[in-house]
Amino acid sequence: MFEALADLLVYRGMGMDASSHTGAALHFFVMDVTKIFVMLVLIIYVMGLLRAFLSPERVRDYVRNRPDWQARGMAVTLGAVTPFCSCSSVPLFIGFVEAGIPLGVTFSFLIASPMINEVAAVILVGILGWKLAALYVAAGLVVAWLGGLAMQWFRPERWVEAYVWKIQMGQVERAAPDTSLKGRHRYAVAEVKEIVGRVWKWVFIGIGVGALFHGFVPESWVSENLASGNWYDVPTAVLLGIPLYSNATGIIPVAEAMLTKGVAIGTTLALMMSVAALSLPEMLILRKVVKWQALGLFVAVLAVAFVLVGWGFNLVAGSVISG
Amino acid sequence: MKNIKVLGTGCKNCDTTANLIQIAADQAGVEINLEKVTDIAEIMKYGVMSTPGVVVDDRLVHAGGLPGPDLIRQWVGQ
Repeated sequence: MFEALADLLVYRGMGMDASSHTGAALHFFVMDVTKIFVMLVLIIYVMGLLRAFLSPERVRDYVRNRPDWQARGMAVTLGAVTPFCSCSSVPLFIGFVEAGIPLGVTFSFLIASPMINEVAAVILVGILGWKLAALYVAAGLVVAWLGGLAMQWFRPERWVEAYVWKIQMGQVERAAPDTSLKGRHRYAVAEVKEIVGRVWKWVFIGIGVGALFHGFVPESWVSENLASGNWYDVPTAVLLGIPLYSNATGIIPVAEAMLTKGVAIGTTLALMMSVAALSLPEMLILRKVVKWQALGLFVAVLAVAFVLVGWGFNLVAGSVISG
Repeated sequence: MKNIKVLGTGCKNCDTTANLIQIAADQAGVEINLEKVTDIAEIMKYGVMSTPGVVVDDRLVHAGGLPGPDLIRQWVGQ
């Protein structure tokens, strides 16, 4: 449906040639913009109707007072199903610390949350197919689990800013949510506005980059630089992703374009994770609660994890994906 | 006079929320005492982890995301 629309608009309506660079790029752009935004609005609205969004306060209540492995499992899962704004990560961090949740578990949550969310997962299925979506989500969960464990091993408590330990959280009665159909509808519309308002520019940039890559980057350049089959393809992709920042949904069209140009699956996944989970703005926000050492370690642990994921998939994926 | 506090560490939605409340109060012709609370320790005292939060006369009425226009009119009106 979306492809037909893009065909109609770009090739028939504007008279573009499908084999030209501009035509191919524009076609990619129109198709992905319509497809991704329709999906985005639909998914968020349905989730909102079901009131399936969890507040960080509830996450905290679920995770606290559990044995370590259970707490970590909950943190990773809940991080994956909730799309939190990165502006919430400071109160979230402090709230977790105040509840006595181990720092390693908190880091597991902070890794899983930007990297995986249900909105990105559904769009991944729609754009790249369920196999790749499942691989991305599974790899993300494993990285979040092990990444938090690795952080714990370095005893990051010593790098938490002193004032964080002193904060006492109050308990306040909250207004009960309106669960009538009208109330749910209003809540769902508000969620759509809020989340689309937050991510649309990343999605646009992502689709734009994907379209340029799709239309203009020659396959020979790709095979020399990102798909040479050398061991350093994956570390290059991860390093490239650290300064780049987009949200998990925005990076999907870029991955789509890379895969069609023959970039290996592990390399693509590594870049996606690096772009989605490691971001400068996020780090600067977290700097309010932890010292630079902890942030440096956080980046290093994740970078290593993404490289391992990329290598792993490049080793085994060929047979899985083509089958 | 109503005391309304907007809790938030300075994200865009927090500023927008504060502006919306001020506009609604002006429209209703109600005088309010609007305060932006940006100190994280102060915010956490209200048990809020998702910002922006809104406190009306020391009662937490909202946490997380932009509040709808109906809600805002309620806070200012009563």
